[in-house]
Amino acid sequence: MSSPANASSQTIIAARDVVFRWPRQARPTLELTDFSLAAGEQVFLHGESGSGKSTLLSLLAGVLLPQQGEIQLLSQSYAKASAARRDRLRVDHIGYLFQQFNLLPYLSALDNVLLPCRFSALRRQRAIDPRSEATRLLEHLDLDKTLWSRRASELSVGQQQRVAAARALIGRPELLIADEPTSALDATRQARFLDLLRRECAASNAALLFVSHDMRLADGFARVQPLAQLNRAGQEVSA
Amino acid sequence: MPMLTPLLRIAIASAWNRRGALLLTLASITLASLLLLGVSQVRQDVRERFSASVSGTDLIVGPRGSSLSLMLYAVFHMGEASQNMSWASAQWLEKHPAVRWTLPVSLGDSHKGFPVLATEARYFELFRYGDDATLRITQGAPFKGLFDVVLGAQVARELGYQPGSRLILTHGSDAIEGADHADKPFTVTGILAPTGTPADRTLFISLQAMEAIHLDWQGAPIAGMGAGQGATPGFRIPAEFAQKFDLQPKAVTGVLVGLKSRAQVFAMQRDIAARKDEALMGVLPGVALDELWELAGIGERALFFVLAAVAIVGLAGLVASLLASLDARRRELAILRSVGASARAILALLLIEGLLTTALGIVAGWLLLGLGWTLAGPWLLSHYGFAPAAFGFSAESSALAALIFGAGLVASLIPAVRAYLLSLADGLNPRL
Repeated sequence: MSSPANASSQTIIAARDVVFRWPRQARPTLELTDFSLAAGEQVFLHGESGSGKSTLLSLLAGVLLPQQGEIQLLSQSYAKASAARRDRLRVDHIGYLFQQFNLLPYLSALDNVLLPCRFSALRRQRAIDPRSEATRLLEHLDLDKTLWSRRASELSVGQQQRVAAARALIGRPELLIADEPTSALDATRQARFLDLLRRECAASNAALLFVSHDMRLADGFARVQPLAQLNRAGQEVSA
Repeated sequence: MPMLTPLLRIAIASAWNRRGALLLTLASITLASLLLLGVSQVRQDVRERFSASVSGTDLIVGPRGSSLSLMLYAVFHMGEASQNMSWASAQWLEKHPAVRWTLPVSLGDSHKGFPVLATEARYFELFRYGDDATLRITQGAPFKGLFDVVLGAQVARELGYQPGSRLILTHGSDAIEGADHADKPFTVTGILAPTGTPADRTLFISLQAMEAIHLDWQGAPIAGMGAGQGATPGFRIPAEFAQKFDLQPKAVTGVLVGLKSRAQVFAMQRDIAARKDEALMGVLPGVALDELWELAGIGERALFFVLAAVAIVGLAGLVASLLASLDARRRELAILRSVGASARAILALLLIEGLLTTALGIVAGWLLLGLGWTLAGPWLLSHYGFAPAAFGFSAESSALAALIFGAGLVASLIPAVRAYLLSLADGLNPRL
């Protein structure tokens, strides 16, 4: 089911010979040989709970560093970058969509969307007018205008999800990581949301790494990557 | 720091979201600041008032002994004089070429716990306190007749006396049965304006009156002269006949001395010490007051330590509240990390919150103190006869405020460092 990234496209992120072990754990949580995403590529990463999905995503986001191997974002190695530089790379080039959406409950929907532009000059610059860009994204994601100034905590699950997606997309990051963002929705809404997300990523030529345990959502993805195939640590555990 | 503005906005929004818990922390820091700054302010005010008990007096002369005891009798009208100085020495002082004025004072009797000071009528003109202020009689006039008494403001207020009221003095400083000078009642002729000094608690009579009430008493006319005191059994001199006796004092407790030139104070002190007829000493009031303050300072320092403990508890509250909220905020901090806040920014966020809370607490404590101080002024004036000095930020209160702020910085660092480490360990998904 998997297919390698188109060699002619720009590689957005690449992980090679990566081994990661949490402190005070004897066995590695993650051990993978090769994983990469090209610009505009949309990948469905399938993994069961506890298969090391969140760990892999934290590594790809540069929040965690592997004990072995190398991860490069836009050809820049995390291992060679300082913590501050990794923070900068992440905010400039990665949009992150969480399972629990992780909005700041005390900020309005619009302010939540604008957060990456507050921390990244590059995304602010790419958005040109961040406020207009935020409202454009919220409109495209079908969030009613009357809700934009509401606190995130006052929004329904579906509404929060769209705000979280707009936040991940603002400023056209090269990579969008979506970590089980539809698990709280019913099937109809899941499909609708996924469609919106893929359309927006395609529009901005962002690579999409969509992570889920639910194979029903894999339809429409050109590349489906089971984490169990990637993660040799997981294979040894299950073996 | 371009990152600081969005962080500050987020810090404020986040703090507002947790305003209930933060308000409690703020309240405890406010209270700690209020107490610390308040005690500092009161201490300075008391010290100023203490130093203001006497001014313009260059020397206090009395029998050689403890300079502190002499200050206690002559300025604070407290304690029991164990020795006196002779009237001849008082006269010698008055005639000394360097001396401009003298005020002989005798103590020993009391009225309902308030001390009685026997002196000359010119005491009300010559005695100075505070910033060269004189005693002012608000009702009536200074004593003129033998059994006239002038009351300090607090005595009149607490005992409800008016000019014309009659009262009986008690022998000694403690009320002992049968020790009243009941046969020689005094009439109130004047009441002094409040001064905030020991004068407010004192009854003033003439030196002759002091002699007169002790005519028919055994022992010396002034209390504290040794054994054998008390009313002589079967011997009474009625008040109306007292005038007929020689009421020239034979001894006094001490003499307040004003010099023609302050430059002569040490030479005068030497002259007094060198007097052959009687062993005397001259005490510089300023120096003795400082010594007395040092003595009283032990309790005050103990109080200060207690208050420092209160401040520490307040700041511990800040640490506790920040640490307690940290677990609840791990997701919030992880979200901020995912949208671009660096781990250092998370450290800054917690620090900003702690420092803002501490600064607000200090400002609120200071404002509350200022308000209380201003409001308490009229009440203190009407009840205790003095208004506190103008409220201000002294060097000491500034140093204290800086100290609380510094402690707040340290207190915020603990949870901030923990948040920093957690945000590094948690990654984008806090493992709760």
